[in-house]
Amino acid sequence: MNILVCLKQTFDTEERIVIEDGQISEDGVEFVINPYDEYAVEEAIRLRDEHGGEVTVITVGPERAEQALRTAMAMGADKGIIVDDEDLESADEYSIARVLAAVIEDLDYDIILSGYMAVDDGSAQVGPRLAELLGIPHISTITKLTVDGETVEVEKDVEGDTEYIQSKLPILVTAQQGLNDPRYPSLPGIMKAKKKPLERMDLDDLDVDEDELEGKTETLEIFLPPEKEAGKILDGELEDQVKELVHLLRNEAKVI
Amino acid sequence: MEPMSKNVLVLADVREGELRNVSLESLAAAIKVADGGTVTAAVFGSKGKDLVEKLAHHGADRVLLVPNEQLDTYTTDAYFQAFKQVIEKVEPDVIFTGHTAIGRDVSPRIAARLNLGLVSDCTDVELKDGKILLTRPIYAGKAFVKKAFRDGIVFATLRPNNIPALEADTGRSAEVEELDVQIAPDSLRTLIKDVVRKASEGVDLSEARVVVSGGRGVKSAEGFKPLQELADLLGGAVGASRGACDADYCDYALQIGQTGKVVTPDLYIACGISGAIQHLAGMSNSKVIVAINKDPEANIFSVADYGIVGDLFEVVPMLTEEFKKVLAEG
Repeated sequence: MNILVCLKQTFDTEERIVIEDGQISEDGVEFVINPYDEYAVEEAIRLRDEHGGEVTVITVGPERAEQALRTAMAMGADKGIIVDDEDLESADEYSIARVLAAVIEDLDYDIILSGYMAVDDGSAQVGPRLAELLGIPHISTITKLTVDGETVEVEKDVEGDTEYIQSKLPILVTAQQGLNDPRYPSLPGIMKAKKKPLERMDLDDLDVDEDELEGKTETLEIFLPPEKEAGKILDGELEDQVKELVHLLRNEAKVI
Repeated sequence: MEPMSKNVLVLADVREGELRNVSLESLAAAIKVADGGTVTAAVFGSKGKDLVEKLAHHGADRVLLVPNEQLDTYTTDAYFQAFKQVIEKVEPDVIFTGHTAIGRDVSPRIAARLNLGLVSDCTDVELKDGKILLTRPIYAGKAFVKKAFRDGIVFATLRPNNIPALEADTGRSAEVEELDVQIAPDSLRTLIKDVVRKASEGVDLSEARVVVSGGRGVKSAEGFKPLQELADLLGGAVGASRGACDADYCDYALQIGQTGKVVTPDLYIACGISGAIQHLAGMSNSKVIVAINKDPEANIFSVADYGIVGDLFEVVPMLTEEFKKVLAEG
């Protein structure tokens, strides 16, 4: 089975956001595989171990994003592809999906996995967009995946409900939390990953019209939410604190 | 000068026959940007007729019904076909859907097919000098961006609970039209075999006005009971920190944080939650935050409007009793 995983390198979720000259600063930031994409990588490796075949991890991003591919290969993915092109600076989800589609159109695949969203932009767009561009179905926010021959069975999280859905290969699925527990790369895994094939591409290597890749949307401003002022820690007898809290919520904050 | 008015299409979000609040909020956003243009609400499914009045009262000038039974339950392919035909008929300048299981699943596919941009999960929409500006959180609310469209239809999904719906105006009515959409059974590539409802009782977490949330301090699945009682009393929902989910005290569907859900209720009550940065990202934009924690140094107090230092198993039941008393007094 040929399995593709689309992933994004993101800030570690522990990172604070600092804005410098109107942009988000990357100074000293730890990068990780987007946690939702990490579920996709883990699931892809398990599928391959069960059915045979190959896992290819693909990313569109700057040079540093290679590290995310190496990590995925240290977990067990077989090879990687990175599309790195400075002309993608004005890219949005529309553009990224088109670039991924151009890469994938030249590959053989049975199933494509990715996270349902990235923890930085949180748009939850690229998976479904890519499936549409490739003309295949998608199922988003899955928490269980079984493949038997051509038949695909998934459990999909729908805001707390679970849908049991059947479909067929080829398909794109996006991972919700709870799909699996991603493994940590082992030391031998890390050593092996260094020798696994990694293909670097720019837009010239792809059959895309660069003029058609400009984002449809633009970011005008990035800003931090207003800082919260320190609140009021109540004191006194617990019983009185509780009474005071209810009073404050009703009469000062007026939320009850 | 050219008229700036815009035709706006809102896809109504219907779950189990009920119109979700985010659809009324989307209508309010639509009126904000329409500038005198027509606001059309599209409703899918055989029971759409029942929702016309409510949509009209909240701002729809026109309601377009696609009454196929195939649309009673959401599937991507069926909704995609209906949505695409609605867009071709309405020819909108602006499209809004909720950023919900439906809106965020079908909208990107539509955007890809029609070569459109899409701005997801917006918390505010404004019209400035004829241009539509969309505000949305990034890094789960650690920062925000303001976005605009370079060209094409303005297409956005709106986060529930952020843009206030308009008061119902019972004097308003809407023009109603049906659209005939043929959906071939073999065009539906995914088949729902079964649905297990976990969230059936109680309020949806992302739309709840009150969230009572538990962390590691809740200590067990059983420990969530007093939180649920408080949430039920206040008409709210129960949430959890990653710690509580990882420890298996509750389902991941309840997780609030940078992985998990981002919520912005009127009142967020954090019980036994330390306040890791990744949790704060998911809730710190709530309107009022109450923290209950044994540890006075807990980081959660830094974002709380009101804090009680104490054992949640003591404080939460007392709080429930006190609310019962006060609410009974009216």
